[in-house]
Amino acid sequence: MANRPGPVIYGRMTRTLPPRITGWFTARGWSIHPHQHAMLERADAPCQLLIAPTGGGKTMAGFLPTLAELADGTHKGLHTLYVSPLKALAADIKRNLTGPVEEMGLPIRIEDRTGDTSSHTKRRQRADPPHILLTTPESLALLISYEDAGRTFAGLKRIIVDEIHALAESKRGDQLMLALSRLSTLAPGLRRVGLSATVEDPAAIAGILARHPDPCEILQADPGPDPDIAMLTTDAPPPWSGGGGKYAIPAVLEQVRKHRTTLIFHNTRAQAELFFHHLWLANEDQLPIGIHHGALAREQREKVEQAMVDGRLKAIVCTGSLDLGIDWGDVDLVIQVGAPKNVKRLVQRIGRANHRYNAPSKALIVPANRFEVIECTAALEAVRARQLDGDTDHTGPLDVLCQHILIRAAAGPFHADELFAEIRTAGAYADLPRDSFDRCLDFAATGGYALRAYDQWQRLVQRPDGQWQLRDPRATTRIRMNIGTIVDADKMQVRYQKTRGGAPLGEVEEYFASMLRKGDTFLIGGQIVRFEGMREMVVEVSRTPTLKPKIATFMGTKFATSTQLSDRILSMFRAEDWPDLPGHTREWLQLQRRVSRLPERDRLLVESFPHDGREHVVAYGFAGRNAQQTLGLLITQRMEGMGLNPMGFVATDYATLIWGLDPLDDPRPLFSRENLVETMEAWLADNAVMKRTFKGSAIIAGLIDRNQPGGKRKTGRQATFSTDILYDTLRKYDPDHVMLRITRAEAMRGLVDFGRIEEMLTRIGDRIDHARLARVSPLAAPLFLEPGRVPIAGAADQRMLEDEAARLMTAAGLPADHI
Amino acid sequence: MNSLPFDFRGASLHALPSGALWWPERALLCVSDLHLGKSDRMARRGGPMLPPYETQETLDRLAADLAATEPREVICLGDSFDDLAASRDMATPLRERLLGLMAGRRWVWILGNHDPGPVDLGGTHLADYALGPLTFRHIAEPGAAGEVSGHYHPKARVPLRGRSLSRRCFLLDEARLILPAYGAYTGGLDCARPELASLMGARAEAILLGPRPVRLPMPRQPG
Repeated sequence: MANRPGPVIYGRMTRTLPPRITGWFTARGWSIHPHQHAMLERADAPCQLLIAPTGGGKTMAGFLPTLAELADGTHKGLHTLYVSPLKALAADIKRNLTGPVEEMGLPIRIEDRTGDTSSHTKRRQRADPPHILLTTPESLALLISYEDAGRTFAGLKRIIVDEIHALAESKRGDQLMLALSRLSTLAPGLRRVGLSATVEDPAAIAGILARHPDPCEILQADPGPDPDIAMLTTDAPPPWSGGGGKYAIPAVLEQVRKHRTTLIFHNTRAQAELFFHHLWLANEDQLPIGIHHGALAREQREKVEQAMVDGRLKAIVCTGSLDLGIDWGDVDLVIQVGAPKNVKRLVQRIGRANHRYNAPSKALIVPANRFEVIECTAALEAVRARQLDGDTDHTGPLDVLCQHILIRAAAGPFHADELFAEIRTAGAYADLPRDSFDRCLDFAATGGYALRAYDQWQRLVQRPDGQWQLRDPRATTRIRMNIGTIVDADKMQVRYQKTRGGAPLGEVEEYFASMLRKGDTFLIGGQIVRFEGMREMVVEVSRTPTLKPKIATFMGTKFATSTQLSDRILSMFRAEDWPDLPGHTREWLQLQRRVSRLPERDRLLVESFPHDGREHVVAYGFAGRNAQQTLGLLITQRMEGMGLNPMGFVATDYATLIWGLDPLDDPRPLFSRENLVETMEAWLADNAVMKRTFKGSAIIAGLIDRNQPGGKRKTGRQATFSTDILYDTLRKYDPDHVMLRITRAEAMRGLVDFGRIEEMLTRIGDRIDHARLARVSPLAAPLFLEPGRVPIAGAADQRMLEDEAARLMTAAGLPADHI
Repeated sequence: MNSLPFDFRGASLHALPSGALWWPERALLCVSDLHLGKSDRMARRGGPMLPPYETQETLDRLAADLAATEPREVICLGDSFDDLAASRDMATPLRERLLGLMAGRRWVWILGNHDPGPVDLGGTHLADYALGPLTFRHIAEPGAAGEVSGHYHPKARVPLRGRSLSRRCFLLDEARLILPAYGAYTGGLDCARPELASLMGARAEAILLGPRPVRLPMPRQPG
């Protein structure tokens, strides 16, 4: 939060800063930025949103009014609550705020409270809160679930939501804003402050932040100079497929050598792990380079963070866990490996470099494969044109609301009317219909089933005075244990064997762990380890001298390419030639145009060709990974109906590749809007994507438990059963149940992303071009190397199982005739 | 019906796609681990309030199997109720439905660990039941021969060209037959886990449920 020399504008101030604060700035020869002044001036506003580029002194702008108000030492109890999306960010701010506050000699107590805080400290904080409490949305939700929340928050004056752009469109943001609606009741007059990186539509974020219908003032800081950003060119061309960027390692090392500190971003954890591994194999100078991502053990992450703060690292290989505004000091270069899936993310990552106001950021993009050369070029154009991806309208989801009702119930009895009014003060829920609220309340109380089976066991009961309360007060434990809206695949801890000290290394998905066999090797924390066995839900590993691991398949979040970026790519395809593209990529596109054609924005290109004894169809929809995946599911469903025997498909951000037994003559009926919508309706009800979405929402809404009291995790014993069964049962016996409505709404905008398919179908109309080819086209070739192939579970499934059974029976010398 | 016929200790048996066992010679149908009333029990204990339809769903499937096979005798192989209270608290329509299914045939309730006592629904209550070459009981006993049991809710995972398929299954070796769970809200225990892998003989086989049950050597490798 360094403030370098600049114009001093004391005259405009209506609020005077205490001399201890101004003196501190003066002593360092620093001045206060104009937007910091503006925030101070308007500090009495009920809601302020500051839009400033990373490194613009945002955090100080947010805290200055608090420091000023607390300077005289008269305020008792909690004054300012600071909420950030990352635990690490809360810890970082604590460090960066405590220093100046001590130097200014201000009587202010600052503490953080996250999932990592000890339970002893947490208890003490509720009874005796500090002046400034730094926390996360989940920890805040937990705080308001306690009976004594009213006392804890009684004197609260300000709440600062940092990196609000990262929360605005997510369920974590929705949960946070619901918590704020509660806080505004507990502490009337509470002022809200949002700090955001550059965004396309500040008004949308302001609408989510403000207590509805309060206004929100928006302050825009100077965006600073244009970033210095380019594509990293290498001698070797990028490979046809894959996301690792391994080919560019010599060039990346060269850059690391030339700069003070470099951040090397990857889109997934697995890619970061692999890249880090290969980087070290090539790191002949033994440059100090570390790795940081969300799946690493906290001890590991903290070690890297400390080394970074101390300036002991030349580079860090990282993922989104470093994405947000953590102040890492002297970063002068950001390298992005793999195409950024949306432009906003790219800009925020670039912001990490040259963390100083008014100095241009320096960044290099490394395309991981041939197609990403095109994607990167398009992204660079967008950044130069200062065109960010637009925000979509956001309506608060009901699963988060269900959880909020339970959290409210844990804190004590409530009137439904009052809670409804309070919830509608959250921007995303401002238009919540009473009927939806009532259904969610009914769900929280009784399960909300058409069959009133649980009346005697209901979770919430209505007292004679009309207030709702928990039937059994012990239910609070279960509610608190299940707070949160991040639904991850189940994770398992990875540790060295006890004989090797048992040091924790990180986490892998349970699914990944279940596939490991003794002796298998995989990458974690930049090291190759050997799987030794499971012990009480912990994956035990040993060191191994192996150089080639079985690749870790645990993934970070998968982002779909934004509409805006897709459109830019499609318009690039319209050019006669591409003199700005590297030779290899340019020739690739030219070849595609010669043997087939290039996709166009208002048309749909469908290629079909035989390959490797099977028929293939490629649809270049450019609709993003989720929509292309849904398209794959829909089209294969129709193909199955047409007797084309599809066997599977794979989707990328720009195309879907389907393989099967029979050739496609005419794609038009397959892609007609009416047919797809009709298939959608039938299909939506019964598929794996819906079931996965259902599971996520069921956990958030409290239909099933994420954690159980007693801490014993489910271990795949016969007591547990798949949530798929619950989904099927509800569909059959209670099709109007609120959880099914939630699932549908959720899937349509999330994993299913039917909105983008409809948008594409509307755009292309009947302009479908079918290119029947003798073999694989240049553009289709990389699709064959894509991971994530989806097999079609249909008639072929049973056939393959029977074939396999026959093979195994014969191999075992058993009679196979009766199969 | 796509049932899978197999021989066990001289008895000609059929594995039905639903997970029921059919013995045509004796006109006997056997189902295991119905866990009726499971959602009720969980809600009663302050746990999650699951969709309360699993009893109806399970009885629907049982009714379909009864209609298809018309057995003279039915054996419920234990854990028929998720607990004894669940059998007492059963809603009237479901109770009548069950009594209707029981009418006109011999009905044996084998005691299970979830329902260790008699239920007031008629039928015969037995800890185990010997019939010709076979003995029916809930939990497999060491050294038993010709034993038909349930309890473990076995399922099997089969790797198929780069992915795997997991289904509920019968387990079968020279000495014993273990039935899959028939109830709607019942999970499964992978037959590669030690509890089952050590119980079953070296040449054990699995019969996977599905549109057509499939028989194969019992998978022993997890994954």
